[in-house]
Amino acid sequence: MTTIQHISTSRRIKDRVVQGLVYLAFALAVVPLVSVLWLVISNGLARFDMEFLTHSMNGIGARDANGGAYHAIIGTLEQVLLASLISVPIGLLTAIYLVEYGNGGRLSRSISFFVDVMTGVPSVVAGLFVFAFWILFLGFQFSGWAGALALAILMMPTVVRSAEEMLRLVPTDLREASYALGVPKWRTIVKVVLPTAFTGIVTGVMLAVARVAGETAPLLMTVFFTNSINNDPFNGPQMGLPLFVFDQAARPNDTAVDRAWTGALTLILIVMLLNLVARLIAWWRSPARGR
Amino acid sequence: MATNVRTRDGGSATSRPASRRSHGEGPFRFLATGAGVVLLAIMAAIAVFLVSEAIPALQANKSSFLTELTWEPNSSREFGIAALAFGTVVSSLLALAIATPVAVGVALFISHYAPRRLAAPLGYLVDLLAAVPSVVYGLWGVTFLVPLLRGPSQWLNANLGWFPLFSGEGIVGGKTMLAGSVVLAIMILPIIAAISREVFLQAPKMNEEAALALGATRWEMIRIAVLPFGRPGVISAAMLGLGRAMGETIAVALIFPATFDITFQILTPHANSIAANIANAFGEANDIGRGALIASGLVLFIITLLVNMAARMIINRRKEYGRTGA
Amino acid sequence: MSKQIQVSSLDAYYGSHKAIEDVSMTIEPRSVTAFIGPSGCGKSTFLRTLNRMHEVIPGARVEGKVLLDGEDLYATTIEPVSVRRMIGMVFQRPNPFPTMSIYENVAAGLRLNRGRIPKSEMDGIVEDSLKGANLWNEVKDRLNKPGAGLSGGQQQRLCIARAIAVRPEVLLMDEPCSALDPISTLAIEDLMAKLKDQYTIVIVTHNMQQAARVSDRTAFFNLAEQGKPGKVVEMDETSRMFTNPTEKATEDYITGRFG
Repeated sequence: MTTIQHISTSRRIKDRVVQGLVYLAFALAVVPLVSVLWLVISNGLARFDMEFLTHSMNGIGARDANGGAYHAIIGTLEQVLLASLISVPIGLLTAIYLVEYGNGGRLSRSISFFVDVMTGVPSVVAGLFVFAFWILFLGFQFSGWAGALALAILMMPTVVRSAEEMLRLVPTDLREASYALGVPKWRTIVKVVLPTAFTGIVTGVMLAVARVAGETAPLLMTVFFTNSINNDPFNGPQMGLPLFVFDQAARPNDTAVDRAWTGALTLILIVMLLNLVARLIAWWRSPARGR
Repeated sequence: MATNVRTRDGGSATSRPASRRSHGEGPFRFLATGAGVVLLAIMAAIAVFLVSEAIPALQANKSSFLTELTWEPNSSREFGIAALAFGTVVSSLLALAIATPVAVGVALFISHYAPRRLAAPLGYLVDLLAAVPSVVYGLWGVTFLVPLLRGPSQWLNANLGWFPLFSGEGIVGGKTMLAGSVVLAIMILPIIAAISREVFLQAPKMNEEAALALGATRWEMIRIAVLPFGRPGVISAAMLGLGRAMGETIAVALIFPATFDITFQILTPHANSIAANIANAFGEANDIGRGALIASGLVLFIITLLVNMAARMIINRRKEYGRTGA
Repeated sequence: MSKQIQVSSLDAYYGSHKAIEDVSMTIEPRSVTAFIGPSGCGKSTFLRTLNRMHEVIPGARVEGKVLLDGEDLYATTIEPVSVRRMIGMVFQRPNPFPTMSIYENVAAGLRLNRGRIPKSEMDGIVEDSLKGANLWNEVKDRLNKPGAGLSGGQQQRLCIARAIAVRPEVLLMDEPCSALDPISTLAIEDLMAKLKDQYTIVIVTHNMQQAARVSDRTAFFNLAEQGKPGKVVEMDETSRMFTNPTEKATEDYITGRFG
């Protein structure tokens, strides 16, 4: 006598098929990642040499195999640094406003909503805006600084969101303990809340930096383009590493495509390094560590 | 710095500690509020300056901006958004159609199928897809994916050519809308998967247990207790992905062949988008040309803004529902 | 319907932690069996091993035998899904599916197990189940409204209707009244008295008066000390257990000296 009936074959098959599809979906998502990383590494290593890292493209002929991305690396580092210097204070202060002063009022709700909407502003639109405002309307020239302005716009919402999240994690008890000692609210924020949330905020900023370091489109119409070294981000066109990859990839010669791959490798190394450091900081601070 | 007394008094209701030495409070509060207002001002300024710098070019246009297909602002001053907007919308929708099912599968894999120990690292692996810069996807797309898709494209065209999307004579394969859409799909997959994963993980455990206790298989449990709960989240995630795909520039600028026509033949080398056109045409544009590109950027800004706002509203409504339900 | 459960030397684990040890008992059909004991003694864990819900928790596993009318639920050929179809469960907090109507909630289990069912037949089963759960009169005019709109006690009876709609052999109840007010509790207790004519009912409860009121047999669970696995100290007729327990620990617990 069997009391327990087995489930029907069709239900069993359906369950298995869905399980197969779910595993397949994951595999489908990982395949391009592996493929991209593999091609970038295998093609990029060919030109990943000292000349690439220390020379610009100045005076390099169309078919020449040498030349490098030094000017682009310098440009990217300067632009990203400037973008952080603009966006971190504004983003952090906005987050402080939302958490400590906003109280769910109309202003704070609309700021919060538009921070979300701002994450969706296409990077090319941010570039066009800086071009329209800084270069056409105010009459400045193309420069690394103009690029930094565009990147800063793209960084801000990410910085606000991550900082906001970290500030909200700071226990209210801590704030109240400080108030009870007669410390004014703003000093409590500066001396107690911010230090407590510090590493989390750093993590968020680094992830934001990693995101904009790979942006190409906004650089096209702000930093413009150059083949030679320009160390001054405030004067004249600069180069950026993503821009370098885009430019070399669009050229018809294999030597240029080789440089594009090496540029891509350098860019990915920088972005992944930023990501890794950010995650390590987050992990190091995580209460779940050692579990 | 210590003279701004008025704001301090105005804010004393919310700043609980009334200290005699709180003379930094006013300026600090002012700074924090100001930063938030700057953010709003930037959003407004984007709209204002795109409009104002686009007007001269739009006035110089000898054709209708909304219906014209060609883009000749530099020479004949005839340009229109029609073909570009069409390409933007169709390539993004196609990318969404490819990415959403895979992303939902990935999200379910991480939230309900993968061994718990592996779930977090595997989720991080998918997040890494988002860390690869757009230009690298473009490079990968032109050198690897475009040749890879040529064979399957020709096969589809030969065997299923009656289906409008797969139709077309002459050259089949190469730098097609399909190739661009596949790259776009890979790029928007992480965000859709990440948000879907979060909402699937939030599905109430007690409902999942109720389904299992009724004798549901894993898939039936997901269908009853997880998917209905997660649907609004998945929809808004897909819309955020759609917004991303529409604004994505460099990858498609490298892949799309920069044609200016309207066709659903996704297997032939006819494709373009607003963003790709901006990237490709900016370097050689004169004053009118740049103004025209700004005008097209304004259109892109408006479309993505609408899509993103709709997505955010769905998410925010769900948050409130979740709060009252809890 | 209604079957006997025989458990022999059962251990249950969460990862490497042993939650219950060496539990053996017989649960008779057409009766109410109550599990009592202090928090953390493993009575809920044990209940969940009876329909293989225990193993839903990652890392959880079971050693030993559970026989349903002689057939081992943990035999390798038996799937947990079919076990749960036979042995229904009601949880501590009412958990109707929030996206479904009252009708759909009751029909949910049947739809899974039997596929397409004619509308008229389904209507009949839904009505019978809701009547069986003493809920029909309260909801018959709003069957298409969401189940989440009901009161806590009504939701719990909806969950009972959902569980009995699939005609299980056994009904497990994990502190079904702990989230309810006294009036709703009384309604559930009345319901249990009625359901035991048809089902084998097992209930975990913190409330000893409840155990005394509703159950025919009672098992007392306890653990030797914190961190040690829970065990069955004593199991007997409820009337004897509450008047004349054999073990000192049972008496101490029942008279409120600890727990």
